[in-house]
Amino acid sequence: MRAASTPGALAPREDRTAQYVLIGLAFLGTAFIVAVPLAYIFWRALSDGVAAFAANIIAPDTLHAIWLTSVVALITVPVNIVIGLSAAWLIARFTFPGRKLLLTIIELPFSISPIIAGVCYLLLYGRQGLLGPTLGAADIQILFALPGIVLVTLFVTAPFVTREVLPLMQAQGSEQEQAALTLGATGFQIFRLVTLPNIRWALLYGAVLATARAVGEFGAVSVVSGSIRGQTNTLPLQIELLFNDLNIVGAFAAASTLTLIALIVLIVKTVIEGRVGREE
Amino acid sequence: MTTLAITAAPSGRTKRVLPGFGLTMGLTLTYVGIVILLPVIALMLKGAEIGPARFWEIITAPRAMAALRLTVTAAVIATIFNALYGLLMAWVLVRYRFPGRRILDAMMDIPFALPTAVAGLSLTALFSANGWYGQLLEPAGIKVVYTIWGVAIAMCFTSIPFVVRTVQPILEDLDPQLEEAARSLGATPFTIFRKVVFPQILPAFLIGTTIAFARSLGEFGAVIFIAGNLPMKTEIASLLAVIRLEEYDYNGAAAIALTLMLIALILLALSNGLQWQMNRRRGQP
Repeated sequence: MRAASTPGALAPREDRTAQYVLIGLAFLGTAFIVAVPLAYIFWRALSDGVAAFAANIIAPDTLHAIWLTSVVALITVPVNIVIGLSAAWLIARFTFPGRKLLLTIIELPFSISPIIAGVCYLLLYGRQGLLGPTLGAADIQILFALPGIVLVTLFVTAPFVTREVLPLMQAQGSEQEQAALTLGATGFQIFRLVTLPNIRWALLYGAVLATARAVGEFGAVSVVSGSIRGQTNTLPLQIELLFNDLNIVGAFAAASTLTLIALIVLIVKTVIEGRVGREE
Repeated sequence: MTTLAITAAPSGRTKRVLPGFGLTMGLTLTYVGIVILLPVIALMLKGAEIGPARFWEIITAPRAMAALRLTVTAAVIATIFNALYGLLMAWVLVRYRFPGRRILDAMMDIPFALPTAVAGLSLTALFSANGWYGQLLEPAGIKVVYTIWGVAIAMCFTSIPFVVRTVQPILEDLDPQLEEAARSLGATPFTIFRKVVFPQILPAFLIGTTIAFARSLGEFGAVIFIAGNLPMKTEIASLLAVIRLEEYDYNGAAAIALTLMLIALILLALSNGLQWQMNRRRGQP
């Protein structure tokens, strides 16, 4: 019952009433707009029983969508880690003209809506696009195929790793790395033995956020994938397809797998946040 | 002489003591060029190719105007709700201690973590005529699915965290002495909030609101499930851009996409300006 540390605890009674009303409103609003929509996903997915749920998950098209989404994440997340580290090292450890501009460009995908990213890619690689005719002549298929899906996913996930790792590297400074250098360590040794242990939790955090985004991206992928059933349909697109087919329980079953991933991400995030705080 | 040498050093070559400059520069620039810049340049070139007159004609065509108006109106509704709700949540999470506070706090991250298509699906089913919410609202004559309200609710859900998460840290850092002084002078709690607390969190509040608005304007996944996507009625601007692409009307798609991108960049500049001002006010460079 002790609440002495909060302002208002020693305040007059009308303050307390206001406090209870505000807390009540916060719970009510959050229940209505966040908690119920979240719980409803599992409730509907399981509304026809566990057997029906399992059948919906192993339906060939849904299974293929799960596989495709996993492939996209397995390609994009490692690329994100390598490039994110490279950009963070470049921006944190060196000064050069255009450094701020480079960071702004890396963070640009956060401000551009995914659907516009999709349109950009279509205008670049499409049949009437900038590079379309050249690639078409060379028989290279980017759009409506895996490369296009991977490329737009790379676009929307580009800022995550750099944004988590860079502030930490800047705050830590480069004294330890310079010491290692004077002791004769090579660049990769410095990175592996000095830098990486200092930033591993921030790196993991960035990678987790990038994974969540890669798995759940809808808008950008829907423009470039062509949504070919059982071929270029990722899991979020499969949800829309099942919904349009009026297979609502199937759509919710597919959605529940993505929701589970989202919840795991949140748990990992909570665990890591404590550790990133300690690194700083 | 020695002091001169030392002060001159940092701006020179000594900054590049560590290895890897060439490698990381090459890797990063190549990647940023291919993945981010090239596609954005493709859109801008297409926009330049269309020309201002034709561009204006596309944007002001009735269907495009209707889509832009719906997108902006729904985003305004969603942002007003999020501004109020976000402020309430930030206040309650920072100032009060109560059972379930941590769960409530974690709930604020759900809209970021949940894929937008999943959110759209769930909200649509809840608000449809036979859903949990729809059953209560439809008899009262309130129709949400396939109306602007549905669009606004979907936008609202996906941009919930912005106001909360920008106001929260500022509210935590406030100096309690100011409020205590105001209280000792006999100010009511509401007056204290209005005159002491709110002015201090205003920049952060405006930044959060701006980002929430930008995000609402660009929201696609959650909206298309609930909107019904009727041309002239519940069709959002980004969907119209996609429809133009599917019709091979690249000019139409590019003009609409470019308009949306311009609005997003203006909002980004606005929030960066506010951020800069806030940092200056709090005494950080």
